[in-house]
Amino acid sequence: MSMSTSIYEHPTGSGDPAGAPLDVTAIRRDFPIFETGVAYLDSANTSQRPNQVVQKMEEYYRQYNANVERAAYKLSEQATAEFEAVREKVRVFINARSKNEIVYTSGTTAGLNLVAYSWGRTNLKAGDLIVCTVMEHHSNLVPWQLLAQEKQARLEFVDIDEQGRLRRDQFDALLRQEPRLVAFTHVSNTLGTVNPVKELTAEAHAAGALVVVDGAQGAPHLGFDVQAADVDFYAFSSHKMCGPTGVGVLYGKRALLDAMPPFLAGGEMISAVRLEGTTFREPPHKFEAGTQAIAEVIGLGAAIDYLQGLGYPAMRAHEDALTDYAYESLSELDGVRIFGPPPGPDKAGVLSFDVAGIHPHDVSTILDRTGVCVRSGHNCTQPLMHRLDVAGTVRASFFLYTERAEIDRLLAGLKEAQRIFA
Amino acid sequence: MADQMYREYILDHYKNPRNFGRLEDADISHEENNPLCGDVVGMDIKTRDGVIDDVRFHGRGCAISQASASLLTERLKGMSLEDAREIGKQDVLEELGIEISPARLKCALLALKVLKVGAYGLSQEDE
Repeated sequence: MSMSTSIYEHPTGSGDPAGAPLDVTAIRRDFPIFETGVAYLDSANTSQRPNQVVQKMEEYYRQYNANVERAAYKLSEQATAEFEAVREKVRVFINARSKNEIVYTSGTTAGLNLVAYSWGRTNLKAGDLIVCTVMEHHSNLVPWQLLAQEKQARLEFVDIDEQGRLRRDQFDALLRQEPRLVAFTHVSNTLGTVNPVKELTAEAHAAGALVVVDGAQGAPHLGFDVQAADVDFYAFSSHKMCGPTGVGVLYGKRALLDAMPPFLAGGEMISAVRLEGTTFREPPHKFEAGTQAIAEVIGLGAAIDYLQGLGYPAMRAHEDALTDYAYESLSELDGVRIFGPPPGPDKAGVLSFDVAGIHPHDVSTILDRTGVCVRSGHNCTQPLMHRLDVAGTVRASFFLYTERAEIDRLLAGLKEAQRIFA
Repeated sequence: MADQMYREYILDHYKNPRNFGRLEDADISHEENNPLCGDVVGMDIKTRDGVIDDVRFHGRGCAISQASASLLTERLKGMSLEDAREIGKQDVLEELGIEISPARLKCALLALKVLKVGAYGLSQEDE
């Protein structure tokens, strides 16, 4: 494998660099949900969680449940130590310079909103340009719309080409207008397109813009190296990478975080509070108001351990093989139209498609009756649906625990749908 | 299995919708969408002396939403607006005659919502 040199990937973590194949049968034993017999092809929506994550959270609740960073007894010290150890784990995971650049959030959406509210409302002024793309998830699009409206800033979108890749000519043309901020996704949750983050970032920086990257799909499936790509902000969610819901991470360069005002105010983020005014703690705590999702943060740590134990090269190779197989099989079905790039280095394990004459929701319902879970609808990318001129798509997505038999069940279900609607 | 939801008459109404189109001189015209799946149903109603003289629906979406709209227009023709006001969710579901999963209820009831909001200014939450 030569993936470490690919411009599309900056994988981190251990694992066999030769890409020794995953033992999926063994892996699936870590995920009790598969005992239900379900074929789960919706990991881009939320992943399943292994025993190791659930047990780690249970351990916190049963053995050292206490609030963190604010009490002077052993129980709280242990909880705080575990909570902060995960911050270091995340730092290593994305190769940040300092663990103070790792802000816990409730998820990708919260991280992107934090940037929009704190950095955006402080730094943008009327007439400034924000560049976004048509392939964005609503959570990396609507915050910029609101920000642009409030500041009377301009918001422009980079289109995609016919294969679902960003139009670099448009991207370059917009950069010539000297945007202040460029926001795009690492991996499209609908098309599976892997954007060349490092290249785009270098170009945006050369034009004088800051770069915000939505890592919700990228972090789980490719991993990410924030220093190699030199992004300014990178947001991702625990629940799409085998961790619990309700927690995520915003990476921000230290100098930027230092200069940003708090977003939410309350406990834990303060240094000294007087009736006349308040001083705040240093980042990341400045952005972590109120009691955090402690068990979930600790669970996220276990999820990172789990993923790094398997190794990103092996995970990627596994997902690539599944994507190849599914893409080829779906292409052979009459009436099935696949959106997004074909399998390759710039394609992740996400396939969106439609079936002629059958609405995606009807496809999904029929699949569901055979125990196959897929996403159907706009996938939180309505502007992209308009761009593709479809009401919605069916989306199948793969992860480290997906097996070929699940894709075979998808194909059988699609044939059943076509038989019913024939 | 899936066939129980996609019975032949449902598929028939989906593929050959009754009263599909627009009425130029409608007295009541309203459209709603289902943000979850992007289904759209609109309805044009022509009334005479408080009675629904003609009705057409338009839209796009899943088999359930479109078949439900088609079935509803068949029921509405010739009905007084007063009586049509009394049509409830249960009536629509019974007319569909299939088991609707919770995730698909909004699809099944979209046409009824169009009628209730368009003709009476009611939202279904008001019922």
